[in-house]
Amino acid sequence: MSATTTDPAPAPAGGPGPEPARRSAVRPGDRIFSGLSKGAGITLLVIMAAIAVFLTIRAVVAIRANEGNFLTTFEWNANADPPVFGIAVLLFGTVVSSVIAMLLAVPVAVGIALFISHYAPRRIAGTVGYVVDLLAAVPSIIYGLWGALFLVPHITGLYEWLDDFLGWTGVFSYDGSPARSLMTVGILLAIMILPIITSVTREIFKQTPKANEEAALALGATRWEVVRMTVLPFGRSGIISASMLGLGRALGETMAVATVLSPAFLINISLLESGGGTFAQNIASQFKEAGAMGRDALIASGLVLFLLTLLVNGAARLIIARRKDFV
Amino acid sequence: MAKRIDVTGLTAYYGTHKAIDDISMHVEPKSVTAFIGPSGCGKSTFLRTLNRMHEVTPGGRVEGRVMLDNEDLYGPGVDPVQVRRTVGMVFQRPNPFPTMSIYENVIAGPRLNGSYKKSELDDIVERNLRGANLWNEVKDRLHKPGAGLSGGQQQRLCIARATAVEPEVLLMDEPCSALDPISTLAIEDLIAQLKSRFTIVIVTHNMQQAARVSERTAFFNLEAVGRPGKLIEIDDTDRIFSNPSEQATEDYISGRFG
Repeated sequence: MSATTTDPAPAPAGGPGPEPARRSAVRPGDRIFSGLSKGAGITLLVIMAAIAVFLTIRAVVAIRANEGNFLTTFEWNANADPPVFGIAVLLFGTVVSSVIAMLLAVPVAVGIALFISHYAPRRIAGTVGYVVDLLAAVPSIIYGLWGALFLVPHITGLYEWLDDFLGWTGVFSYDGSPARSLMTVGILLAIMILPIITSVTREIFKQTPKANEEAALALGATRWEVVRMTVLPFGRSGIISASMLGLGRALGETMAVATVLSPAFLINISLLESGGGTFAQNIASQFKEAGAMGRDALIASGLVLFLLTLLVNGAARLIIARRKDFV
Repeated sequence: MAKRIDVTGLTAYYGTHKAIDDISMHVEPKSVTAFIGPSGCGKSTFLRTLNRMHEVTPGGRVEGRVMLDNEDLYGPGVDPVQVRRTVGMVFQRPNPFPTMSIYENVIAGPRLNGSYKKSELDDIVERNLRGANLWNEVKDRLHKPGAGLSGGQQQRLCIARATAVEPEVLLMDEPCSALDPISTLAIEDLIAQLKSRFTIVIVTHNMQQAARVSERTAFFNLEAVGRPGKLIEIDDTDRIFSNPSEQATEDYISGRFG
């Protein structure tokens, strides 16, 4: 028996007995599974390519007809004849609100993840983890309503305080108008991306090899030093990946931003005052009233958002790959 | 450097389970003491009580006294972090920090205690890698990851990392059990050199190893599974392996159990 099963040569045609015949056949299970997984992979590529082609074709039409400069015009009159529109305001608003969200959310998320994985007693850790996961289940329109009805009226105090101390920078000057600004959007986005960053980093932190933590302890490291020597470096690429997931959500968030922001096609250096816009919010706000050219113009702005997301993900991969030798 | 250890009436628990019961012994400075005994007899647990690593395990708890020269390791106000800087440890599986280079691994401990100039750090790295018989093999790739070395080299790197904090005592928990015979020999040679500077306690499953490297040997045993481990006897290694006082020791080293 062992002689037949270990023989690696392909079965000769019409070999005697059931064993050799079976050996040569590709098992149907293998074939089905390989087909399914290959199909899934190809489908993904096809969908991505289809989206890119669709966006590009429609965008080119709009950009050709555009009388303004697509990159620098501070205006969005895509339904006018001739159409005049530019993405400068949207690019600024999208990047700024997402950066604010990342600056606020990543440190807090890493802190919560460390608390859950390394500091809290098991029962408290479970509860905190559950509450954080629950935050992820809240629909974005609810965040939008909460932002518009609670955050906007209540955050003015903080903005006035910022104005008192940092108003001279210009970035934090505040005129007392309703706080439907990029800063408020950034804060809201930070809350929205907190759960995804927290739960991904928490899982990574939990996988830190026990042996390394013990090695650090045995060298006389305190609890924080153990975290700094083993958990954080080990989780570094995980923190970056988790942040990118969060950033992806922040860049594309539509409903919550559209509900909170009071859009205006201008770049206001003060982040606390209303004005500005984001790609997704602008598409959502303008799509219904847009004509054929207006829609193509919005699609062109969507293409830029698509490219921006690709760029961010590519950059993150580069950062992770640079230290690949070290786990 | 190198201090004497005196243990009196030491009992260790995991939660409510008593792992080792009422152990007393002393360990001479600048000598090698080996712990032998069947699996589960508590020799590793006992080793971990000597640098307060046992209490890191959830539910881990210790009663009794461990004196390092004149200092009670479990005395009130003693900081376990300080104890671990005085009593270093090498583990069963080589565990260099995977995110650090060879160089960074060696200075990981010293860097916790204070700041050093670059030249001082270079010095620490060279001295301890030489001390671990590893310098010649790695001097050209100090800034490559420590995890890229072979198992035996990784374990010697871990020894260099442990000696770099200048401890008084070095605990080794089956340091060769994951290594091939040649790497094992390299570690045993190293232990023979290190005992001129440190008090060394080594847990081993390999009785030939205990006979080769140690001056004194302690035999641990347990009456039955689930019962706490006990120290059966501790004596000069020659005596333990030729003419032990206890029948249980004789049975164990000659391969007759139960």
